[in-house]
Amino acid sequence: MANTGTPLVEMRDISIAFGGIKAVDHVSIDLHPGEVVGLLGHNGAGKSTLIKCLSGAYKADAGEIYINGAKVDINNPRDAREYNIETIYQTLALADNLNAASNLFLGREIVGAGGFLDDSAMEAETRKIMARLNPNFRKFNVPVSALSGGQRQSVAIARAVYFNAKILIMDEPTAALGPQETQMVAELIQELKKQGLGIFLIEHDIHAVMDLCDRAVVMKNGHRVGTVNVNEVTDEDILGMIIMGKKPPQAV
Amino acid sequence: MTDTPTHAPQGSDAKLGPIARFIRDTELDTRMLGMVGALLLIWSAFHFYPIIAGLFSGNGLNMGAGLFITPRNLWNLSVQTSMTGIMATGMVLVIITRNIDLSVGSIVGVTGMVMGIVQVNILPPMLGLGSPVIWIITALIGIVLGALIGAFHGWLIAYRAIPSFIVTLGGMLVWRGAAFLTADGKTIAPVDTTFALLGGGPSGSVGAVGSWIVGILGCIAVLWIIQAGRKTRTKHGFPQRPMWAEGVLALLGCGVLIGAVLVVNAYTWPKGIVDAYVKANPDVVVPEGGLQISTGFAIPVLILIVVGILMTILMTRTRFGRYVFAIGGNPEAAALSGINTKWMTLKIFSLMGLLSGLAAVVASARLNAATNALGTLDELYVIASAVVGGTSLAGGVGTIYGAIIGALVMQSLQTGMVLIGYGDGSYRMIAVGVALVLAVYLDNLYRKKTK
Repeated sequence: MANTGTPLVEMRDISIAFGGIKAVDHVSIDLHPGEVVGLLGHNGAGKSTLIKCLSGAYKADAGEIYINGAKVDINNPRDAREYNIETIYQTLALADNLNAASNLFLGREIVGAGGFLDDSAMEAETRKIMARLNPNFRKFNVPVSALSGGQRQSVAIARAVYFNAKILIMDEPTAALGPQETQMVAELIQELKKQGLGIFLIEHDIHAVMDLCDRAVVMKNGHRVGTVNVNEVTDEDILGMIIMGKKPPQAV
Repeated sequence: MTDTPTHAPQGSDAKLGPIARFIRDTELDTRMLGMVGALLLIWSAFHFYPIIAGLFSGNGLNMGAGLFITPRNLWNLSVQTSMTGIMATGMVLVIITRNIDLSVGSIVGVTGMVMGIVQVNILPPMLGLGSPVIWIITALIGIVLGALIGAFHGWLIAYRAIPSFIVTLGGMLVWRGAAFLTADGKTIAPVDTTFALLGGGPSGSVGAVGSWIVGILGCIAVLWIIQAGRKTRTKHGFPQRPMWAEGVLALLGCGVLIGAVLVVNAYTWPKGIVDAYVKANPDVVVPEGGLQISTGFAIPVLILIVVGILMTILMTRTRFGRYVFAIGGNPEAAALSGINTKWMTLKIFSLMGLLSGLAAVVASARLNAATNALGTLDELYVIASAVVGGTSLAGGVGTIYGAIIGALVMQSLQTGMVLIGYGDGSYRMIAVGVALVLAVYLDNLYRKKTK
């Protein structure tokens, strides 16, 4: 893919430390519209930490973030949402005791006259978007704790899609899912990509990365090992980068 | 939320019994039905205990009528419940967000003392004794002071990350001590005469006509809510309740309201107060057999009802309430959704303080005095009411009406023990303690079964 235009997201020289341990050490990554960039590395390599600086969960100690070429300040999740950045967390950031509609609209509720919640409108909207994403979804009036992993994931994805995300961060979106549900998420990613979204995909499964991503960024011990175009490398090349931190010649 | 089994799936009629079908179609909260059932059971047990005990003792001395389900006792019960009930509605929010507030009893103590001094020592010289604005200024000062103390606790908990148990345990000691120091341990009495009406009593009640107005307004509200619900469901094409179920709900709602009006109106002023009233108003014509004046709803009960309605709207119809539940269900998810969880915590504790201040108004008015012991141990009854009413200590679950019914259950046990002759404190405490543990155990069983 020719990534010549202005990147959708550019994170430059990001560093963040926790109690003296450098979780992310001068890492730069970028993302273009309609592109899926995989982030790989061992547990503790710093990929989730890096991406949380973009989603507003953490604030980087140093470094800059550019959205469409303009420098931005992201101090909290609300700021991230202003820039149409939506995150789907590994831990499925849903409030278990609330139903699908309440979760989908959490923090951005539809209010009617007098500032009161319009639950019926929210449920109707939720029914519409779920009909598109997961037509088999029926459990609109039970707490999401009663849903399966795939159903919960579709609520989390619906949340991102409904609010017109331009930049989507997915932290192991299929970790808790069965094969069929994984397939559903994969198809959804292709669909969103076609619509011109940029997607950061944090993933452990190399096959998923080879299938879904355009480029892959490998991290180790808080450093960036390298970035590769997925169609120019083999599984072994990427494994070598993850395990030994060995940079293949095609990488940049 | 336990109160949202709305539009259950249709079409499995064959498998359901008539009761299950009734509950499904009316969409009533089964947990609430269980609590109301338990309440009625407790009431009848206390009511019939003296009769049964009389039969067994054989001497016939105790074979009197039951004392519990009488207009007089139910009226007293409603007044005694209001103070705990007001605070329990706030404790629901605190517990839903996985916190606890042990300081509410002491906040009642200190705000009560401050209000006592304000209305007895400070305001009368400024405004003249018996000035009609004294009670308003006094009550506002108490309520605002409570809110400020609560906000301070909330700030320590949210922004200084001190566990709520510790902050409010400290607060419980500090504010109780402060209540003593406010007037060097003296009791301040009597309070302003208008202020005293807020505590209930025959003159602090709205009488027969006022009670009917309250009851009829309530019935109109019930019908309006049912009608508005049908309208929204039609608008979005959601399935409707069957008409007969709507009818049953309307009848139940209005029936309970009218029943309550009849009960409080059946309780008439005690003879001594009527005599004093007649003496003060010589032009009143006393009919043969004595003057009967209906008491009607007591003002503190109306305060509790208004607080209950406002808090229910807050919890179910506003963003604030939605965020309270979200924080309780998953604090991390709530923060990631852009909810300012620290600010929310501060506001929740401030609201709890505000309600404690309001409870102090009711308590000191009812006592017609401010004492530094006002509200002692109330925190425990308030927490117990919320928990018996279905608020989960694990967070995320609870309802306002549940907490009010819980307060009624706890108060019924206390009053009932007194009425059957075990009122000397120790038996009463044992009964209340056992009931608390049993209620939580039964609730666990219920939740497991409905999961």
